[in-house]
Amino acid sequence: MIASLLRRVAVVLALPAALIAVWWFASAGSENFYFPPLSTILETFARLWFSPQAMHDAVPSLIRLSIGYVAAALLGIAIGIPVGASRSLRNLLEPVLEFLRAIPPPVLVPVLILFAGIGDEMKALVIVFGCIWPVLLNTVAGVRALDTVLAEVVRSYRIGALARLWHFVLPGASPQIFAGLRQSLSIGIILMVISEMFAASDGIGFALVQYQRSFAIPEMWSGIILLGIIGIVLSVIFRAIEAWILGWYHGLRRTQRAA
Amino acid sequence: MLWLQGCAGLIGFAALLEIVPRVGLVSPHYLPPFSVIMVALYKEVQSATFWIALGATLEAWAIGLAISLVGGIAIGIAIGSSHLLRTLTHSTIEFLRPIPSVALIPLAVLLFGSQIQSTLVLVIYASFWQVLIQVLYGVQDVDPVARETARSYGLGTWAQIRYVTWPTALPYLMTGVRLAAAVALILAITSEVAIDTQGLGKEIADTESGGAVAVMYAYVIVAGIIGVIINIGARALERRVLAWHPSIRLDAAEAVV
Repeated sequence: MIASLLRRVAVVLALPAALIAVWWFASAGSENFYFPPLSTILETFARLWFSPQAMHDAVPSLIRLSIGYVAAALLGIAIGIPVGASRSLRNLLEPVLEFLRAIPPPVLVPVLILFAGIGDEMKALVIVFGCIWPVLLNTVAGVRALDTVLAEVVRSYRIGALARLWHFVLPGASPQIFAGLRQSLSIGIILMVISEMFAASDGIGFALVQYQRSFAIPEMWSGIILLGIIGIVLSVIFRAIEAWILGWYHGLRRTQRAA
Repeated sequence: MLWLQGCAGLIGFAALLEIVPRVGLVSPHYLPPFSVIMVALYKEVQSATFWIALGATLEAWAIGLAISLVGGIAIGIAIGSSHLLRTLTHSTIEFLRPIPSVALIPLAVLLFGSQIQSTLVLVIYASFWQVLIQVLYGVQDVDPVARETARSYGLGTWAQIRYVTWPTALPYLMTGVRLAAAVALILAITSEVAIDTQGLGKEIADTESGGAVAVMYAYVIVAGIIGVIINIGARALERRVLAWHPSIRLDAAEAVV
């Protein structure tokens, strides 16, 4: 039992440990200006990001990201449900929505600077505008593909609108909605960083550009690592939430596949 | 009938963009009326700058996508075919994949400045994972009976890859291509906006800071049209390549009925 657990841990950690070891030893004593020793990078990382500096740069970024992302998710679901439920609304709006989704979200940064200046509102708005489309379009697709038999049962029993939404529409569309939310998350991180690189006075993207322009290379690498960690942590949190809310769905799929 | 309604939607959207600034809901300095944007677009299309920018964006997109496709397919099949490699690399892939490729921007700038290589670094890092993950799923999905059969008939490694693994993985791969094509465009434009490499994104950033707002919107619309064309193209390619596949055949049969 313990032996098999240990072996599983070893299998998971073997390659990452080997890669980090290679980086550590290959870069040890490195004279190359752009690729400092990993030990230096880690020291810088500890010094920079476990300090008040982190409060100044990392926290505002994450607050803007969470506000923008949550707003986009709520709006996308709220608009997606009526559009998905009505055939004529869908036919009318689908090309427009497809076009809006196809606009690469980074171009929104210059556009929204016009409207909202370069403050926090702009950055949160950029994230909302960029993240909303995958959620919206996936909600539309999910609501549209709801089980027709169940829909008729719900109607025959005259189940009220709220109960229908909560017990039938939302759960039925949730696998699709989560697929959209996952796409939005990576778009949100991209927009968080580049809106700060483009125009800001704080934030991780801003700090990264500053370090790079002043050739503070170990600091720059530590920022890259921080962004990587943020990406990984957010994806772990996302998966935990998805596993919690969609647990019934994954279980259903497993039994269906086994049958 | 269906596309008529869609056109109505698009026309309505254009009308909205025309009316909102005209009646002063939004200052025309921020959002010029749609007709003004269209005139700006018409002028811009006749300039060399436009075509150079468009060409640069598409070039970075195509090269980056091609490299990630080749790399993703080759590495995906290699890893996916071996149980040992799959278990060993799983954690590393899951770890590297969520790292946002924008994190590489400063490194790319230091190494390549605002040349096309900077864009390629971002595009490849982002789209490679999309392809790799799908190929890995696809290779795992091979029917064990089919594989045993192929082995019993004495098919070599290459023949097995060609006749068993490849057709199974193809639907997954096409999903990967579709996702990667869209992501590659996003990252190409990101790089142009954030690090000033040649292309549509740079024109958008430049015209915004230069105050040529109508021209900026013209470029935004062009970027959207490119995105739509890429999405439609990828879906058409998927249907064509997978025309033999039951899921597509089913769709087609239903469409006829």
